Amino acid sequence: MPPAVRSPAAMRNIHAWLLLLPAMAFIAAFTHYPAVNTFIHSFFLDGRGGAPAQFVGLEHYQYLLEDEVFHKALVNNLLFACGTIPLSISLAMTMAFLVNAGLAGQSALRLCYFVPTVLPMIAVANIWLFFYTPEYGLLEQIRGALGLTGVNWLGSEATALPCVIAVAVWKDAGFFMIFYLAALQQIPPSLGEAAMLEGASRFYYYRKVVIPLLMPTTLFVLVNATINAFRMVDHLFVLTQGGPNNASSLLLYYIYEVSFKYWDTGYGAALTMVLLGFLALASIGQFGFLERKVHYR
Amino acid sequence: MSAIQLLNVSRHWGDVRAVDDVSFEVEQGTMLVLLGPSGCGKSTTLRLIAGLESVTSGRITIGERDVTNLPPAQRQLAMVFQSYALFPHLTVRDNILFGLTVRKVPEAEREKRLTRAVDILGLGGLLLRKPGELSGGQQQRVALGRALVAEAAVCLMDEPLSNLDAKLRHEMRREIRALQQTLGMTMVYVTHDQTEAMSMADRIILMQGGRIVQNATPSELYSRPATTFAGSFIGTPPMNLVRLDDARGSVCVAGSRSGTVSVVDSANHILGIRPEHVRIAPEGWRAVVESVEYLGSSSVLGCRVGGEELSVVVDGVSPIAVGAEIYLHCPDEHIHVFDAATGERRGTCR
Repeated sequence: MPPAVRSPAAMRNIHAWLLLLPAMAFIAAFTHYPAVNTFIHSFFLDGRGGAPAQFVGLEHYQYLLEDEVFHKALVNNLLFACGTIPLSISLAMTMAFLVNAGLAGQSALRLCYFVPTVLPMIAVANIWLFFYTPEYGLLEQIRGALGLTGVNWLGSEATALPCVIAVAVWKDAGFFMIFYLAALQQIPPSLGEAAMLEGASRFYYYRKVVIPLLMPTTLFVLVNATINAFRMVDHLFVLTQGGPNNASSLLLYYIYEVSFKYWDTGYGAALTMVLLGFLALASIGQFGFLERKVHYR
Repeated sequence: MSAIQLLNVSRHWGDVRAVDDVSFEVEQGTMLVLLGPSGCGKSTTLRLIAGLESVTSGRITIGERDVTNLPPAQRQLAMVFQSYALFPHLTVRDNILFGLTVRKVPEAEREKRLTRAVDILGLGGLLLRKPGELSGGQQQRVALGRALVAEAAVCLMDEPLSNLDAKLRHEMRREIRALQQTLGMTMVYVTHDQTEAMSMADRIILMQGGRIVQNATPSELYSRPATTFAGSFIGTPPMNLVRLDDARGSVCVAGSRSGTVSVVDSANHILGIRPEHVRIAPEGWRAVVESVEYLGSSSVLGCRVGGEELSVVVDGVSPIAVGAEIYLHCPDEHIHVFDAATGERRGTCR
């Protein structure tokens, strides 16, 4: 059949597929293909010196169970998530309330809160590196002035991870604040006035009206914060390189080390699948459970 | 006894005088309507009574108590907002009971008031819905319900019907008025719709530019408008305002030799004539019909008398076509006389 005689319905389908094609090509080439490839790759051991890769089945996954560094990175990552997510979200919400309250100079305040998000991550990490530096870093100078003894913030196992958490919170909170601010400005002022007339205190109004109305934003931010927590890697390069003794190593950083420092890409692929699994679990949990509690207008 | 009293109340924002030296009283159990075009200060006045804005100067008392500096919650009033201000995440029930829960009213009392409000407003069966699942009229009822259960001394309403369609608006207008009368509520109601004001109010305060133009009953406002503005704001079609000329010793309608006027002795006046009081007569002011607007039970003729335009209401379908020459007459007792310079009422003749 010559193309000119094709039925309109068929042409519609062809048009639809053609229009979808560019986006599909990109998502297939840069997301689906690498993901599937990683999954397959995780069953192979790299051939050294040009030799072909060797099928090893579930061996990489078995090794995962014994790999102490992996366990350490996993626990660290969970701690990191538990530290950064609630802190950055509650901080973001509080900051949004503050800059939405109609105080004098709130534009300047908004800018201040947002600046950490705009700065390049590596530069930010370098600034914090100076804060944490032993003996002459900002933190130590303050402590010194107060007569306290020196702490090697990034160099001791007890404080390295909390330090990294602090940087991440500082960086993320401002970004999340923007979403909260936008959501807050969607809430009509008459709701606040009605609540005020009914005798509700400011606190009651925020607790019973504003925060529930912000739930869709919270869900969105929560998903993003979780993803951020598991893909956090940039600061580590500058701040700790995962040390000391892997005390601040996170999953993605460990994956980087295994894949591109030790060039064990097969094991790296297996680690990546674990990371993907975590992210999938987290988003299913959040959308599945929380969605029901969220009020969408 | 007056339930609400405003004494020389002003609200200024810099040079803008949103409300400027306003004084009035609202009697217990009556409905007062604040009427005016947008930006006239009527909503601001209401918000001043509610305490949502603070006064620049003046005094407000509610039930003999000076509330000028009290926060809204302590003024013992309920308010219905133009947007209804329902909490979108709460059910109808929780929306209505919001204030009572805040004020920790005992459970039994809460239920009693809820049941009563639900009965009055016909909200049964909707209690577990959220506002988003209700029609505009139902949302309006929920907002009313929230105001009812508060059992406050005063109920304020800020253009509560402006988001409803015409039919529903008419229904709710009657319903709110009936509610106000049966429950003996003291109500202050803001609107820009003169029909709403005329049909509902015990008293109307007409505002313009932050000031009170006239404080009167609906019938007074119609029969004795204080200014040309008051005359033209009330009534559909609005009052005809006719400018005058001196012509060889007599006064006549501007630009018209035949339109002699006997009720005033100089041209420094403006005549206010309601379209429904003008008659087509065998003789009088010569006029040319320029438009005919058919409204069903009546028609409005747009007529030109000299340089002035006059609307004339006739019953049913107009037998007169566009372009026809007719003569118009208005009995002297229906002619309102205003000062040409100030626009203020000089009285009807006689």
